[in-house]
Order: sequence, then C-alpha cells, then structure tokens
Amino acid sequence: MIKKELLQKYHPTIGIECHVQLKTISKLFSGSANGINDALPNSQTNHIDFGLPGALPVTNSNAIDLAIRAGYALHTTAQKFSKFDRKHYFYPDLPMGYQITQYDFPIIKGGYIDIKIDNKIKRIGITRAHLESDAGKSLHPAGSDYSLVDLNRAGSPLLEIVSEPDMHSAIEARIYAFELFLAMKYAEVSEANLFYGNMRFDVNVSVSSTSKLGVRTETKNLNSFRSIEKTVEYEIERQIKILEKGGVIKQETRGYNDAKQITIVQRIKENADDYRYMPDPDIPPILITDDHLKRIHKTMPVLPDVWRSRLSVLGFSDLQINLLLMAQTDTDNHLLDFINNNLSDLNKAKTFVNWIINIELPIYQNNDENNFKDNILVPNDREKLFQDAYLLKEANKINSSKLTALLETIIKTNIKIDNLEQWATDNGYLQNSNEEELTRIIQDILSTNPKVVSDIMNGEVKAIGFLVGQVMSQTKGQANPKIVQDIIKQSLKL
Amino acid sequence: MIKSWPSLSELRDQVQSGNVSAVSLVEKSIAAIENKKQYQAIISVNKENAINTAKMIDKKISNGDKVGRLAGIPFIVKDNFLTTNLMTTAASNMLKDFKAPYQATAINLLEKEGAIMVAKANLDAFAHGASTENSDFMVTKNPFDETRVPGGSSGGSAVAVILGMAPFALGTDTGGSIRMPASFCGVVGYKPSYGLVSRSGVVAMASSLDVVGPLTSNVNDASLILDIISGIDSLDSTTIVRDTESYDLQLINKMTTIKDLKIGILTDFLKNGVDSKIKQNVFNNVTRLKSMGAQIVDISIPSIALSLPAYYIICPAEISSNLSRYDGLRYGYHTNKTKNLEEYYSSSRSYGFGKEAKRRIMIGTYVLSSGYYDAYYKKAQQVRTKLINEINGAFKQVDFIVGPTTPILPFKIGEKTMDPLQMYLSDLMTVLANLVGIPAISLPSKMINNLPVGFQVMAPQKSDKKLLEFAKLIEDKIK
Repeated sequence: MIKKELLQKYHPTIGIECHVQLKTISKLFSGSANGINDALPNSQTNHIDFGLPGALPVTNSNAIDLAIRAGYALHTTAQKFSKFDRKHYFYPDLPMGYQITQYDFPIIKGGYIDIKIDNKIKRIGITRAHLESDAGKSLHPAGSDYSLVDLNRAGSPLLEIVSEPDMHSAIEARIYAFELFLAMKYAEVSEANLFYGNMRFDVNVSVSSTSKLGVRTETKNLNSFRSIEKTVEYEIERQIKILEKGGVIKQETRGYNDAKQITIVQRIKENADDYRYMPDPDIPPILITDDHLKRIHKTMPVLPDVWRSRLSVLGFSDLQINLLLMAQTDTDNHLLDFINNNLSDLNKAKTFVNWIINIELPIYQNNDENNFKDNILVPNDREKLFQDAYLLKEANKINSSKLTALLETIIKTNIKIDNLEQWATDNGYLQNSNEEELTRIIQDILSTNPKVVSDIMNGEVKAIGFLVGQVMSQTKGQANPKIVQDIIKQSLKL
Repeated sequence: MIKSWPSLSELRDQVQSGNVSAVSLVEKSIAAIENKKQYQAIISVNKENAINTAKMIDKKISNGDKVGRLAGIPFIVKDNFLTTNLMTTAASNMLKDFKAPYQATAINLLEKEGAIMVAKANLDAFAHGASTENSDFMVTKNPFDETRVPGGSSGGSAVAVILGMAPFALGTDTGGSIRMPASFCGVVGYKPSYGLVSRSGVVAMASSLDVVGPLTSNVNDASLILDIISGIDSLDSTTIVRDTESYDLQLINKMTTIKDLKIGILTDFLKNGVDSKIKQNVFNNVTRLKSMGAQIVDISIPSIALSLPAYYIICPAEISSNLSRYDGLRYGYHTNKTKNLEEYYSSSRSYGFGKEAKRRIMIGTYVLSSGYYDAYYKKAQQVRTKLINEINGAFKQVDFIVGPTTPILPFKIGEKTMDPLQMYLSDLMTVLANLVGIPAISLPSKMINNLPVGFQVMAPQKSDKKLLEFAKLIEDKIK
C-alpha cells in the first residue's frame, strides 16, 4: 500500500468509454440475429457479416431508436443529423477490413449521468455516444499454431458512450459505471448482461501533482464494477509510484488481470494509429425528425435517477433505494411500479419496501438460478398478497414474526391464496384474541408463578414480560401479546 | 458481324407466340460465343444451365402458362455481377475461383422476367480501367479492328452485344465503364441516375460512383431493361424511388418533337485534346438538332477542369477501402506458406491484385491518410459538391447536354498501358455524370476511320425517362 500523503499529493483524473450492446433482434447492418449467446461459431452470419463482395450494409432502424432512447437516458436528445464512417484496419475478426462507426457526426452529443457520493450529487458529463458495429471474436487455442475466428458477434450494434474526464477516484468510477448500467437497463437500450459482455468498459486513468493533466493509460474491456474500481485503484498507485521514482508514464493500452487484481501492459501507443476514416458511401446519413423523437420520448420509462430522488424524498435510505433499483433490473418485475402505486399511504409503502427487501428478495436471491422466476412474485400476486397481509397486520390479527413466516411460506411455495385470513387461521398464523380462552390460560400461569406475581405486586412491573412470554409459548405464538398484557394487568388490578 | 438479333420486343413476341423456342435462342447465343472466341470477350459460359432453363420456359409457353417480359431471351453480364451458377471473378486473380452464394439484384430481376444468363464477360480487373487490358486473364479485342481495344471496363459486354452473342448485356459504370466501350464498339450504353439500379451483389469499385446499366443494340431495348432492373432494393440503401410510369419506350408516349428543347453544348468538352473528327461529328449532330428546331446553348461548367482530378482522388479512395475485404482469409486467393498474419495478408494481396488495383489502393490509401485527407479527399468532395451545383445551374438553362463520349477513337492494344495518366484521360467526358449522379447515354453515331464513335447525352438527375425519349428521337432522326 501507498502512503496516504502521497495519494493526497496527486490528483487522479478518470474518463470512461463504455461499449453498450444494443438489444436489437438483428445486427446493425444485416438481418442476422444479434446477441444469441453461446450459438455455434459462425452460425449467426450472412453475406454482409462475412464481408462478401457486393454485400451492402443496410441500417437497422431499431438500433437508431435504441440510440435515441439511450440519448434520453443520458439526459439529452439524439442529433437530428449523424452519419457513418469507415475506420480501416486489417484483422481477421474484421471481415470488411474496416469497422463502420461514427467519426465526426455521432448520434449523441453531450448529456450527463448523476452519481451520488458522500450524500452529494455529482454530475459526470458525457462527451458523445456513437453507433458502431462490433468485430467478431478471435480465439487463440493454447498450444496451437493457429487462431480461430467466430463472426457471430461481427456486426452487432454497439453504442460507445464516452464520458468527460470528470471522475477523480476509484469509487466515483465504479458508481458512474453502475449508474450508466442502470440507465441503459431502465431505458431498455441493452440487455446489459455484464457476463456476456453486453457492457464493456475502457477506463482511462492519469495522475498529476500539478494543474496540468498527466499522461493517461487505457485499461480495456472491463466487465464488472469491481474490476473498474480495482483497476483505477491499481493504476493510481502504479502511476504515483513511477512518478515518485522520477519515471514517466507511457501512453499505453493495458488489460486487467482479475485473479491478481492488477493491470498489465498490452500495447504501447508510440504514435497515433492512422485509421483513414472516410464517410461510408454505402450508407445514407441518419436523419431524425422531431416527430420521431417525440414518438420515442413518449415510450420512455421512469429512469433510475428519477426513482432515486422520488424515493429519497420520502425517506427511504440510499441502501434501500439501491437494493430496489438493482432488484428491478434483476427481476424485471415492476417492483418499483408496485411501490410507486402505493405511495399514497407512506406507512404502507414503507412496510412493502421492507417486505420486498427483507423477505421477498432474499428468497429470490438464495435460490439457484434455474428456477428463480418461480420465486419472485408476479406483479398481480404481489399486489394482492401484500395488501391482504397489510390488512391483517393493521388489524393486529398477526404478530410480526408470524407475518414474516407467512409471507416466506407463500412466496417460497408460490401458492395462490384467495382468502388470506382464512388460510392464515387454518394454518395457525393468526393471533389468538379470544379473551375467554386467554383469561383461562393466564389464570393458570398466574397460579403456577406466585413468586413472579408477588414481585409485580411489589412494584417490579417489568416482570409482566416474563408472564406474557409464558402465555406466548403456551399458545405457540398465536396470542396477541398486547391483549395478554391487558388481561394480566386486569387480573392483578394494576 | 453486327447485331444479328431482332429487338427485345420482337424476340418476346416470337418466343411467346411459340414461333421461336427459347432453346433455339440460347443455342444461337452460345454458338456465337463459341464462334467468336478469338475476341476474348467471354470468361465463362453457362451452357447447361441456360439450356435447361430455356427448356423449362418453352414448356411453360407450350402449357399456356404466363411468362415474363424477357422469357427465353439470353443475356450476358460483366463478370463483376455475383451469380450462383458461374464463378464471379471480376477478371481478377483474387477472385479467380470465387463462387458466390447469392446473386446480384439486377440479375434476379432479369431472371424473374424469364431472361437467361448465358455467359459472363471480360472486364478490367475489378473494373479498373478503360480498355479491358487490365483483365488479369486476357485482353478483349475490338471487333472493328482486332489490334485495338474495345474500351473498358465493360469491354467484354460491349463486344458481346456488337458480335451478337446476346441481344443485351449488363455492365457497370463508375467513370464511363458502360458508355466508353459502347462508344468504341458501336452499341448503346446506358448509365442510369445514381441509385436507380441496385448495386447489391455487384463487386464494388467506388460505391458513391458505381451504377449498373444495360448495353444494347437500340434505345428501346435499353429502356425495357432499365424498366426491369430499376427501383428501390431493400439490400441497397442508396437506391432511389423510380418513376411510377414505365421506362419502356414502347409503352409510353414518346417525344415527337424537339422544337421547344434547349440543348446545351459543353464548350469545355470541345477544346484541345479532343480528336478533330470526333469534334466534327458532334458539331454535325448539333447542326441536325438545330435544324429540327432545338435551341442550341453554349454552356460552361466552371469547375469542369477539376472533375477528372477529383474523380481520380475519390475513386481510388473508395477503391482502397472497398478492396480491403480481400484479405484471403474467408474467400479469394490465399497462400498457406506464410509465417505470420502480416505475411499472409501481403502475399495474398500481392498476387491477388494486379498492377492497376495496387496503384489505386496506394493512391487511395495516401489521400485518406491523416494529414492528407483534408488536402485531397476533402477538397475533392468539395469539388464534387461544386460540380453538382454547377450542373444543376446548367440544367436550369438547358434540357440536355450533348457532346462526345470519348475524346479519342479506339486506341491500339498496348498503346497506353505504359502511361496510366493517358489512360485516365480517356475518361475525361464520362466522369462528370458519375460525380454528379446524373443519367447519361452513349449512342452509336458514326464510323470514323472504320471505327465506331459514340455521341453522349446527359440529363438532369432522375430524368432517365426524358433522356431515353430524347435518345430514341436522336436514334431515329439523326443516325
């Protein structure tokens, strides 16, 4: 570890480029399927992806719509004019010898992502976001003298989102990446499955002890929030150590080794690559009308930052809010809409949030992945179960531990219950408020505990709790503790 | 030697009435191809398939089934159109053994009308050239003088039509590659408005300049072919909406008089460097037009002198980009005797590409390089925009612009191969139409020194119908 004083001497600057794979049905410029994970190599390709002679790219209008959505998620409006360019380089997984991307007229300019850190909102600017087609995958089997190319991914639509260098710590970088992930997920732009590389982050880090920016390194292809944080931490320390020894930072591309949690140099950039960008003459410019923008805007859902401020004002904690926001992306099951619909009764809403976070989600998260769908409530079932359960709770008909047990049982077994009160009675969850029966039990307990009774009569009122506990255990938890207490007091004329 | 075929509409009537069989047309076509091998116009012949298809069409006709407008009529395509029956070589070593898994849209449309593809014609490799001498396989000879070139790059297609190997052929025109060989071989060569015919399935040369068009014996035939192959194609997003009315001149009201027409002469095209007899021929034709009542207007395109330089920047730039897919990895020529990836690329491309392709790749790579892009490519695009504005201005004054198709007569084989700049100059009159996207036609006009000479007419963008009508009138009244 590096000394704290050294860390304070240097000012880190971080910018992040993120490749978001859009969730279109077909590829950006061809009709073959997009985003089929684990398909047979080269099975999702056609003459365009294969770069055959005479094959022409035709823009997928769905990708344009998703880019417009991404624009709104980044708090900006897509450009009415943008165009595609060719970026040339030779590589086996790039069939045409050029990548189709957007050079000087990207579809999105500007925008921002807000991150909450130390209870303050910090705004991270977006420089631009452009559409481009992905390359295929090159595989280099260990120990062999050949490489393999899989073009299934070639031509998949990507939106590359470039942030301003507005971040200055590892934690800021991680939170930015997380918020960007939430934004893309909520805006339904991407499946945003990090495991399948639906969002890949390139992290640029530099440090400087002066007002001038230092030389930056770029660590490519990170696909977890943790690896982003670790990369930034590692790079900051690595660069400071070099500078402290009087060395210089080289502008280079680095990779992240997850096992060792370090970054490793991949390629040193001695001079800028010449990609010979030129406008793609096969593709007309993208022209977007106001009507088109309006049509898309109408279909935008509530975005995570709006949920955050809405729930925060109502007194939900940041932790609760984050759990809910994440849960919504995990379960894709209208959790937030459900809470939103019940906000008119804040106590009820808070109870529901507690149930979701403490009862429903742990069951869902502890289950093995294969049958998780069975262990999250469908919206209608949740609505009915929670409302019915809330009625029982408010009517004091069930105590809190029994209520938790009841909800757990119902969610785990996924049974549908028409009349919850009847079911709870039949299954022994409800509190016993039958005073006659309770009085009989209490009289028994009082007569078998004369010492406790005399203590109470002598002023040790707290000892009532012991008697209540006795009653609860005799009634197997079904007695209403408040009523039990009242009857004891009455009996002892307190 | 010349054009032993009746017009397409006569052929249609003969076939559909059952008087002539499709099989006999295909056989006639194949016999002509085999008898005239010495001109080296044809790369591959689709004999068996063509005859089988013809048999099916004959059967349909004898059954009384409905058949298309070109049922049983043979045609030939330049070998840069992808076809599933025959190899598609682009006359290059790179694609010598390339069998396409899909077909060009234009060919599909012709086949849908019952036309039968009988052979594929020679060209300058990848369509780079103006003489067909750049073919990696063989030099096609001009039927009017076998020591001379047929023009290019669609030289094989032009020779095929004039020698009667088929009633029509398809070519591509990037800077004159249909019109120039049409002029050198005495046939009609039609370059449609940019985007009117799909480029899907055509080996790309320069995407923003390439068009597909017919080479025929007469204007009516060209109009019918255009009617069949034009229109929006979901596989080519640069295609444009066609006229709703047919282009087929036999179905529409034709131009009957040119009394109200204003015809422009590009004075810049009649200056030094143009063969005096070609110039004279243009003047003679213009005089005829004038005597028929047209008003003749001298027009000037101030930036015209920059059109050829701009063309030879934009065109190689796009070529260098379009040819980068030929890396030998997925298809095309490759050698396995290499040590690493870089060597693999360089050996595949060194052998697969001929001299001219390499020259253009180098020029194109240079003008797109950082630091040179602004000075060359960007400037050339600015010239192009200027030319578009100037030509639009000119077409406010005149209905058509007429002039020579080429500045020179068909030249000797080998005469210009050592001097690429001289070769490039033969595109002087044709590149303008490609740079600005307008339709243009070369009509056989006159024999000079026993060699054919074409007469070029250009019209505003998307006024293909008007151009064909006017061309038909010239064909009837002036020849």
